[in-house]
Amino acid sequence: MLFLTIIRTSLKSLLANKLRSFLAILGIIIGVGAVIAMLSLGAGARKDILDRISSLGTNMMSIRPGQRGMRGVMTGSFQNLTLDDALEILQKVPSVKCVSPVASGNAQLKYYRKNTRSRITGVAVTYQSTLNLEVEHGRFFNESEVDRITRVAVMGPETAQNLGITQNQIGEHIKIKGINFKLIGLLKAKGGGGPFNPDEVTIVPYTTAMKILLGVDFLDSISVQAVQGADQSKVQEDITQLLRKRHRIAEGAEDDFHVFNQAELIQTASEFSKTFTFLLGGIAAISLLVGGIGIMNIMLVTVTERTREIGIRKAIGAKDSDILKQFLIESLIMSGVGGLIGIAAGITASKLIGMGPQFKTLVEPASILLAFSFSVGVGVFFGYYPALRAARLDPIECLHYE
Amino acid sequence: MAAMMLLRTNNIKKIYRMGSGFIRALDGVSLEVEKGEMIAITGASGSGKSTLMNILGCLDKPDSGEYFLAGDNVAVLHKDKLAEIRNRYIGFVFQSFNLLPRMTAIENVELPLQYAGRGDSGRIAMRALDTVGLSDRIHHEPTQLSGGERQRVAIARALVNDPTILLADEPTGNLDSKTGDEIIGLFEELNILGRTIIIVTHEQEIARRCKRVIRMKDGQILMSD
Repeated sequence: MLFLTIIRTSLKSLLANKLRSFLAILGIIIGVGAVIAMLSLGAGARKDILDRISSLGTNMMSIRPGQRGMRGVMTGSFQNLTLDDALEILQKVPSVKCVSPVASGNAQLKYYRKNTRSRITGVAVTYQSTLNLEVEHGRFFNESEVDRITRVAVMGPETAQNLGITQNQIGEHIKIKGINFKLIGLLKAKGGGGPFNPDEVTIVPYTTAMKILLGVDFLDSISVQAVQGADQSKVQEDITQLLRKRHRIAEGAEDDFHVFNQAELIQTASEFSKTFTFLLGGIAAISLLVGGIGIMNIMLVTVTERTREIGIRKAIGAKDSDILKQFLIESLIMSGVGGLIGIAAGITASKLIGMGPQFKTLVEPASILLAFSFSVGVGVFFGYYPALRAARLDPIECLHYE
Repeated sequence: MAAMMLLRTNNIKKIYRMGSGFIRALDGVSLEVEKGEMIAITGASGSGKSTLMNILGCLDKPDSGEYFLAGDNVAVLHKDKLAEIRNRYIGFVFQSFNLLPRMTAIENVELPLQYAGRGDSGRIAMRALDTVGLSDRIHHEPTQLSGGERQRVAIARALVNDPTILLADEPTGNLDSKTGDEIIGLFEELNILGRTIIIVTHEQEIARRCKRVIRMKDGQILMSD
């Protein structure tokens, strides 16, 4: 029998029971829509996380002191990273583009009546390019200001807001730990939140931070930027070897520092968001499966109702396979149409979710394809049994069926 | 030269399980049908005439014995092959018409052609409907047709693949006597044109109009004349 004829016949019988067919595919519509919406939520979260990480600078590495521990209990960080370490990394490790020492601590900031607590980060000039910091108003400090231990500060937008500072206050003095600093620039917002909000910072020259504000001679971390296209793990390995030598760590003993690289961070984050996506998609897929059961139910009813029709068709020459095809195509049409409508529903749903302030959504073509083929698969899987039952019916019994 | 033999059964038997017991529906039926015959199969209900009809129509297979149709012993064929034989060599006419609902007359008639995989089914179906005198009702659905018209559509459908035999099971059972008479008249016309027809019926009036009557009882042919 011609394929087109079968499709026409199937459409006709589906349209003969419009409400019933619609209710049966509703399950598929909801299922496919849910899968697409959930995957878009996962993809949106992943993109968001990766964007934030890459906004920190792409080929950046960070060296932090190791954790001091007693029998597994962490008791604080080593204070073993020095300016000389930073200098030597820049001089001796190949593929390192620039290095910035980072000395930081929390301090009270004051501007006229208003005050706030902020993270004070003392860095070198190169830190700006390493972390992709953009100055929106004013300027970053320069080499000579670092060398001369100048009291200048660049502020993140959130800290500035807390102090009621706008671009008009650039050039004025603020107090950090009661010491006057000249405000020379405001950073562009990066967006984010949490305990390491990149917008809630105050950046000063590392020399000033170490000598004037914090009074320390060790560093919190050293940020390293590798040249474009450098093998990050090689650079990481070289830095590790250099620091082990400088810190005189015996063969086989643990490092007293950690080197974090951006690639690892991205990988961890994207693995996490992948798990998140699988979880959301998996839950949605269950609803698609339930939709499939709805189709199966309707197909079983249809087969019973049309027992006589099956008998007639067999009597005039339909083979078992013809009957199988006919019913299978009916359930495929249902799941396919449900899938198509579901795609529209899913895209709409994810747009609506994405409109809210809390979630970012991203509908990927792959997730549409996945959801649609899954729905068609559900149609075949749940349509097969009813169709097989129809195909195997005995024509004589069917012809006598009332 | 002897008349052309269309089908031959040789000692066919069929046993049905009924609850805990068994019923000998057919108990050694041997039958020969030649081209151009018009045969009535009669008998009380339970005599085995329906079972014989099902087997002759290749809807069922005998438990033992042989059944030759178109040169094949169809008693041993696979069910796909039987479906093909039903499509090519047999035309069914049922008591309750058995047209597919929601399909027009011509769509119903086209169906056997579609299962045969033939093109221009519309033209052939049109010709079959013309033969039964319904060329002006081709786009009507069964519910829009009278009983007699429905049976005519069913006969057109049975004829459309030019079958070797036409098998009719109580074809007038759901019709008033005048319409029934017309339908038997149509069968007679078809028979005159050379069509071989077997009618299962319990009406003596119809049996009388057939050239040959086979009476059945307890799964056996009681008499054949």
